[in-house]
Amino acid sequence: MSWQAIVQGLVLIAMLAVAVPPLGKYMAAVYGVRADGSAPGDRFFGPVERFIYRLCRIDHKREQRWNVYALSLVAFSVMSVLFLYALLRLQGSLFFNPTDRQSVSPMGSFNAAISFVTNTNWQWFSGEAAISHLSQMIGFTVQNFVSAAAGMAVVVGLIRGITRKRSRTIGNFWVDLTRTVVRILLPLALVFTVVLISQGAVQNLHGNTTATTIDKTTQVTTQAIPGGPFASQEAIKELGTNGGGPYNANSAHPFENPNPVTNILEIFSLLLIPLSLVSMFGRLVGDRRQARILLAVMVGILMVFTVFTMLAEQNGNPKLTTAGVDQSISTTQSGGNMEGKELRFGAAGCGLFAAPTTGTSTGAVNCMHDSFTPLGGMAPMMHMMLGEISPGGVGVGLVGVLIMALLAVFIAGLMVGRTPEYLGKKIQAAEMKLVAIYILAMPFAMKPFAAASAVLKSANTYQSGPHGLSEILYNFASTANNNGSAFAYQGTGTQWYTTTQGLSMLMGRFLTIIPALAIGGALVRKPKVPATVGTMPTHTALFGFLVAGVAIIVAGLTFFPALALGPILEHFSL
Amino acid sequence: MRALIRQLRPAFLAVLVLTLVCGVAYPLLSTLIGQVAFHNKADGSLIKRDGVVVGSKLIGQSFTAPQYFHPRPSAAGAGYDGSASSGSNLGPTNPDFLKSVSDRVAAYRAENGLGADALVPVDAVTASGSGLDPNIAVANARLQTPRVAKARGLDVAVVTKLVDKYTDGRKLWVLGEPGVNVVELNLALDKLAA
Repeated sequence: MSWQAIVQGLVLIAMLAVAVPPLGKYMAAVYGVRADGSAPGDRFFGPVERFIYRLCRIDHKREQRWNVYALSLVAFSVMSVLFLYALLRLQGSLFFNPTDRQSVSPMGSFNAAISFVTNTNWQWFSGEAAISHLSQMIGFTVQNFVSAAAGMAVVVGLIRGITRKRSRTIGNFWVDLTRTVVRILLPLALVFTVVLISQGAVQNLHGNTTATTIDKTTQVTTQAIPGGPFASQEAIKELGTNGGGPYNANSAHPFENPNPVTNILEIFSLLLIPLSLVSMFGRLVGDRRQARILLAVMVGILMVFTVFTMLAEQNGNPKLTTAGVDQSISTTQSGGNMEGKELRFGAAGCGLFAAPTTGTSTGAVNCMHDSFTPLGGMAPMMHMMLGEISPGGVGVGLVGVLIMALLAVFIAGLMVGRTPEYLGKKIQAAEMKLVAIYILAMPFAMKPFAAASAVLKSANTYQSGPHGLSEILYNFASTANNNGSAFAYQGTGTQWYTTTQGLSMLMGRFLTIIPALAIGGALVRKPKVPATVGTMPTHTALFGFLVAGVAIIVAGLTFFPALALGPILEHFSL
Repeated sequence: MRALIRQLRPAFLAVLVLTLVCGVAYPLLSTLIGQVAFHNKADGSLIKRDGVVVGSKLIGQSFTAPQYFHPRPSAAGAGYDGSASSGSNLGPTNPDFLKSVSDRVAAYRAENGLGADALVPVDAVTASGSGLDPNIAVANARLQTPRVAKARGLDVAVVTKLVDKYTDGRKLWVLGEPGVNVVELNLALDKLAA
């Protein structure tokens, strides 16, 4: 790697180190850390929120038990899926469709609606070929906001379960949803949109502009320059860890990610909220050391995957060297495995994006993961298989790491023969059963479907050899973890894949969110037990290693055999 | 079930209201700001020649004639199709992929008068992620310079100077990788001839 690529990584770390603590503090206030319930900007945001509550007939003073909170979330998701499904089915007959897109097929709409509502943003279709401007704007952009906000509401509900004593309620879902959108996501997205436009991301209301190309000897002498209100979607796509862009090439497209400045800002913005939520967690539980150790675990894992991917891609593909290709770094080229990569980002700038996008549940890509070297492609795959806890999607990522922390205290408790506690709450059989459901949900949403796809003849839309298995594994890991990135050679628009991957996304989302809220509901009833000499401290490096170890062992035992037959086997065939 | 049904009314209303806020007000406000403050960029950084739109600064296009610098291979439609952005997504050991790289290496050497064992810059024989990459590496541009100069009857030094002019360095010294914008460079070459 060049020294500039290393400094680029350090710049990213510095930007996050500056931005995360203040945003964490602000979010803690939004979710009610202050005794009087006030938060910055109340004079502006307060009336807006109350207006929304009135329109939606929400009693914002009334709190909910965990099951009502979860039901509200489910009801909201059901309505969102129905709305999006109807929109996609009808888009061909609706207005604001300058590129004349037809309505989407029933199974295709089913898959796409679930995909955007579950914060996955898996796209079996090519955005510019299948989706109308109207659907992008009032369908996908809206879900980019609210699916992210719902994820954040979940973690806030779980944290209230930990912090409140002998209580019944964990907050009001509608209030948390509204406040997240109005006070956190909208302001950040608006600022980021303007920055993106200033760098060349498109934001207009046209369809395609036809250009008469320069070289008259080429076969085609016109070029369609696509338009649309897309910088605004790009901004929330990263901030909300959604990942579904308006264009097929996603953040590799020059109109979504025009230059290296926007590239680092996009990486920054997809990590910003997940990391800030941890900082917020420290403030909400009143012990910032607890947040620091979880942050260290997340960032540590993330950095390992980032450096590994950058190196693997920069080292290039030995098969190309044999073919007479120069992949070395020199003063006149950046080198590396450049298939599927943009020159302005280079192999290193691609690795720097690939790890954060799979460690969060974003799934935006600035280069095509399917064309990675075998080990370079295994890294983002494994990163998803860890359950997306480094640092995970907005809200759900912190939920994941808290679940790992509960499992870690439980295992440690078994070893020393004491009732495990986390942050003053006893962790007992009821909670551990829910933790077990949570942990089993993701492999359950992935492996049966992946296995069936590997055997079914009609599901053979992948490349031959071990790379084909990698494609199946990657794509179901992506849907089960609500990531959305893809090994995109594989055709996934068939009946089989739109159905199974739709189900996989639903299971990956709701079989984790509901148990997490249930844990919050179980913990909220408990008293706080004072820490004694026998209590295991959960802010130490030892505990950090324990959490990381639990995460890696759980994922390792579940997925390593499959990885050996996919990317690892392909690596040895190089 | 009754509890769920009771939540459906706020759910329905919330979807509608938040659609108005996030799906109508937010993108339209963004468009207004973008169009007022950065009109050309918000419209796609279009380049006009004699009043005709000939492309976008940010979107590469096909060039095959010898007097133009050639862009990277493209998997977008038939090549640089702005309405079908895409990478090849071929895997690193796929025989079709390896074969097309070998073919491109041979073609590149023949086109630019290179020796049979000359190493070819990687960007010249691999397709980009978007299929619309407007840039090529400096190494790639240098190897194409003699051919372009010869086809245009220009001094190599003149073309080299233009290549340097349209080389975008790293942003803020460390961000991204340097590259030569093929669209802008070829337009400048045409302007030189006119």
